[in-house]
Amino acid sequence: MNPVDWKPLFLLFAGPLWRSARDLLPIVVVIGVFQTLVFQHPLENAGQLLAGLGLVIVGLSLFVVGLEIGLFPLGQQMANDFARKGSIPWLVAFAFALGFGTTFAEPALIAVAGKAAALAALGQAGEANEAMRQSYALILRMTVALAVGVALVVGVLRIVMGWPLHYLIMGGYSLVMVLTPLAPNEIVGVAYDSGGVTTSTITVPLTAALGVGLASSIKGRNPLLDGFGLIALASLTPIVFVLLLGILRG
Amino acid sequence: MNLFPALTASLDATLRDVLPITVVIIVFQVFVLRRSIADWPRVVLGFGCVLAGLAVFLVGLEAALFPLGEAMAQQLAKPEFVAAGEDFASDARLPWHRYRWTYLFAFAIGVSTTIAEPALIAVALKASEVSGGAIRAWGLRLAVALGAGIGVMLGSFRIVTGYPLPYFIIVGYLIVIVQTYFAPKQIIPLAYDSGGVTTSTVTVPLVAALGLGLAGNVPGRDPLVDGFGLIAITALFPVVTVMAYAQLAAWRNAPRGRE
Repeated sequence: MNPVDWKPLFLLFAGPLWRSARDLLPIVVVIGVFQTLVFQHPLENAGQLLAGLGLVIVGLSLFVVGLEIGLFPLGQQMANDFARKGSIPWLVAFAFALGFGTTFAEPALIAVAGKAAALAALGQAGEANEAMRQSYALILRMTVALAVGVALVVGVLRIVMGWPLHYLIMGGYSLVMVLTPLAPNEIVGVAYDSGGVTTSTITVPLTAALGVGLASSIKGRNPLLDGFGLIALASLTPIVFVLLLGILRG
Repeated sequence: MNLFPALTASLDATLRDVLPITVVIIVFQVFVLRRSIADWPRVVLGFGCVLAGLAVFLVGLEAALFPLGEAMAQQLAKPEFVAAGEDFASDARLPWHRYRWTYLFAFAIGVSTTIAEPALIAVALKASEVSGGAIRAWGLRLAVALGAGIGVMLGSFRIVTGYPLPYFIIVGYLIVIVQTYFAPKQIIPLAYDSGGVTTSTVTVPLVAALGLGLAGNVPGRDPLVDGFGLIAITALFPVVTVMAYAQLAAWRNAPRGRE
């Protein structure tokens, strides 16, 4: 292996570091302004605050550099390889595995499922409560993971076939509107939120690169028109699936 | 807070988060595609950067911004603060407009956390690359941030007033449906995507803290029941603002005097 050339690596970081600092500025301003003007509290622990901000900026820069040299090329290349292989069943299997696997392990979803389970087990006491919580949280996570798997399958099929996205989204919205009044009241908020938490910071760049890569390597597809939309579907299907779960169990 | 154990814990959590993706990719790469990844040391290095970066980022957020933001969100929702020194009965409901600082904070925190959201940075980079620079990454991110700000503000208003969540969602959907009809076709998939992208690493914890603080402090609200729904509204309004941004751009660039 060739020795790593450090100079371009350093140059690679200079831009992202500056941009990360700029991206963080609004939060710092908002919190600073509210702290001094509204609460009229001096900032405590200024040292830890500064160290934390430094870490945030370095971390965000590393992430962006990693996107450009790792995640984006990988997604792109896998999309090209799948297009060259030309096997739709394997592509579908990959999409499902990616959606299901990443969502089931998603920390934000685990947190929401835990809270929803506490809500569902409200009437129960002691051991019955604990048992109900665990089974409920697991069922909820399975349902959402299944929904995201299905979303990515529909999404890649859409790219391959060239179906327009907005019909799928409108259909999904209509389904949500029809199912909402039928579902038990307490599941509605949980269902709506579960759509927002499924798309994690590592899954998003990978699916975006995959979608755009597929759309660019299939003839007659426009990367802008056909490449995006996977994330939208992945945030819509969990709402439908969780509402259905609520109706079936209610 | 001791940073070193926090860092290893964060790295451990991030690793666990990417494990399923890595397994899926390796299995398909080895058994199905049967092609080696071009320049794989570079890809591995990139993956390492993403992992380490995300871990460091989260530790920094937890050391610097989350505690302050969460404390503020809780404080802003307290009746003593909302009543601002005037007499009030502690179980009385304050009129919704007394919560103006809360709405302002909700908007500001929605906008500023969205600007810093790594997933949105990634999508904006990709969109600008694919469109050959026609969609500017910064403009897209500002439009999404504005939508998220409006969403968090409306969501807080909903918790204060107790109006049912579906009303807000359904009205939002109707706006999206009408806009889809009129907006430039190229932007539609990207606009739909921007909703799910907003609600991620930075935004969710702070927005959830705000929801919890409000639902726990406004009389008659239950944090378990009313705390839900804020993320959903936050994810919906960026779709509206991104399409509006494209419509505005198309309208400004359109030659005048025709039709």
